[in-house]
Amino acid sequence: MDVVVCVKQVPDTEQPIRVRPDGSGIEEQGLNWILNYYDEHAVEEALRVREKHGGTVTVVCVGPARASEALRTALAMGADEAVHVADPALEGADHLGVARVLARVLGQLRYDLVLCGRLATDDNASVVGSALAEYLGLPQATAISKLDIQDGLATVEREVEGGVEVLQVPLPAVFTVERTINEPRYPTLPGIMKAKRKEIRTFTLPDLGLSAEEVGPEAARVRYARFEPPPRREAGRVVTPDSPEEGARLIAEFLQETAKVL
Amino acid sequence: MGRDVWVVADHAAGSVRRITLELLGKGRELADSHRGKLVALGLGHGLEGLAQVLGEYGADVVLCADHPSLASYTTEAYGEVVSSLVRERTPWLVLVPSTAWGRDLAPRVAARLGAGVVTDVEALWVEDGQVLARRPMYTRKVMGTVRYVGEGPHLAVVLPKVFAPAARHEGRTAEVERVAVQPAPPRTKLVETRSVQRERASLTEAEVIVSGGRGLRGPENFALLDALAAELGAAVGSSRPPVDSGWVPHDYEIGQTGKTVSPTVYIAVGISGAPQHLAGMSGSKYIVAINKDPNAPIFQVASLGVVGDLFQIVPKLTEEVRRRKAQA
Repeated sequence: MDVVVCVKQVPDTEQPIRVRPDGSGIEEQGLNWILNYYDEHAVEEALRVREKHGGTVTVVCVGPARASEALRTALAMGADEAVHVADPALEGADHLGVARVLARVLGQLRYDLVLCGRLATDDNASVVGSALAEYLGLPQATAISKLDIQDGLATVEREVEGGVEVLQVPLPAVFTVERTINEPRYPTLPGIMKAKRKEIRTFTLPDLGLSAEEVGPEAARVRYARFEPPPRREAGRVVTPDSPEEGARLIAEFLQETAKVL
Repeated sequence: MGRDVWVVADHAAGSVRRITLELLGKGRELADSHRGKLVALGLGHGLEGLAQVLGEYGADVVLCADHPSLASYTTEAYGEVVSSLVRERTPWLVLVPSTAWGRDLAPRVAARLGAGVVTDVEALWVEDGQVLARRPMYTRKVMGTVRYVGEGPHLAVVLPKVFAPAARHEGRTAEVERVAVQPAPPRTKLVETRSVQRERASLTEAEVIVSGGRGLRGPENFALLDALAAELGAAVGSSRPPVDSGWVPHDYEIGQTGKTVSPTVYIAVGISGAPQHLAGMSGSKYIVAINKDPNAPIFQVASLGVVGDLFQIVPKLTEEVRRRKAQA
């Protein structure tokens, strides 16, 4: 069972994120870049599939030069191979453009299963997985919390409003994973050392037979116009009541008179 | 290109969900501004009654795609039907609810049509003839404004509770069109839908949410929140630590790795207010916080913060709410 995992490098959102004064983007200087949280779960699931069914795990990333570090993290977790598409012409591409590039990479790889994170914690779009499935002409399931494979048929679970859906999906297919699917392993020191020596195959758009006009900003159907800090919430009032009764009364009064939900 | 605004309806068992009414409300405004029609698209099997409701809430036209293959959502069957209708009829805007199926469907349709798609939409407007959408990013530390390129169709996956629901006009009717659809049998098979064991109010639709954090100390203490929520008609949620500790299931979780909610009132109980949690709830109209730590970051966003012991305050609050309701 050969698995391809599509990953993204994102800024660690534990740290402050600041908008550039001109609103053209975020201040990237000093940011700590990490493998997207949900993609860690996708890599983990791929490794578990390999442990159970054999085969290989290949991680693929579309992103600038620094994004190779995210691939190193995935290799250190235990992925076999890594592919990095880095091309300045992709700056400003939209998610459909990125999905097209990934589809082209996958066209050169052997795979039975494609895994992605449910979303990337930078822009929270959750677009690439479904779009990639469309470009590959494959069935999909998004935000899965359980994966079980038997005889080329995947049984997956996904959380939906008010319940859990159980789906049977013939492979190959594209799945995006929810964080509850597993607990990702930490890279071991030997894993990290081994990952450092591994070659990351790097492609530009021409290497893939693609042009900036097809997948770059010119092809984008949506473009970011500006970025702003969120509106500040009006400062409220914080009180230390004399008794629990007093605290309860203040809240009830607020619910009744200000929020009007009683 | 077309002028019409489409709303893909979220409905079950003959009734429409609140998000559909919110999309119809926003859709009405956008359609009027663009001199187009408001079109509701219902997919399913056995859609009797749906068109009437959608008409009463403002749809000018209701397209009914009724087929056994559409009885439950599958990406492939829904994707094929929505894509082909949008391709044929070229609406200007397509509003999709941000539900599990809406988030699954919209990017696939957009990819098939080469149409722009924006998810997590919290505002949608027209400026100099161009459609713009605003959405939270980076744990809601940044708001991004996206411009759709070209004339459309444009797809927007809209978060619940950000737009006011359409008003109901009893007796108003829409022009109903049954569209003949014949989706190919999907490769994916829905084996079953297991409903969650406990009947709970939906977090994304609730007017009031009572949410618990690490401060609750154990699963049994969520009963305190259940009791308060029952009095308030509220839904119960949680921050991440109770989920990670196995006190409550993942569908409780609000925040970056859970749900995004915008109720009228969010009552945070024993929640410190980590940025990852704020990412999912700071769109709430009012935030009430109960925490024993006066320096908890939650107090920086709270409309009303009460410093104190939740184990004493919450039961008293439940009593007080009950008393006030009885008086009202």
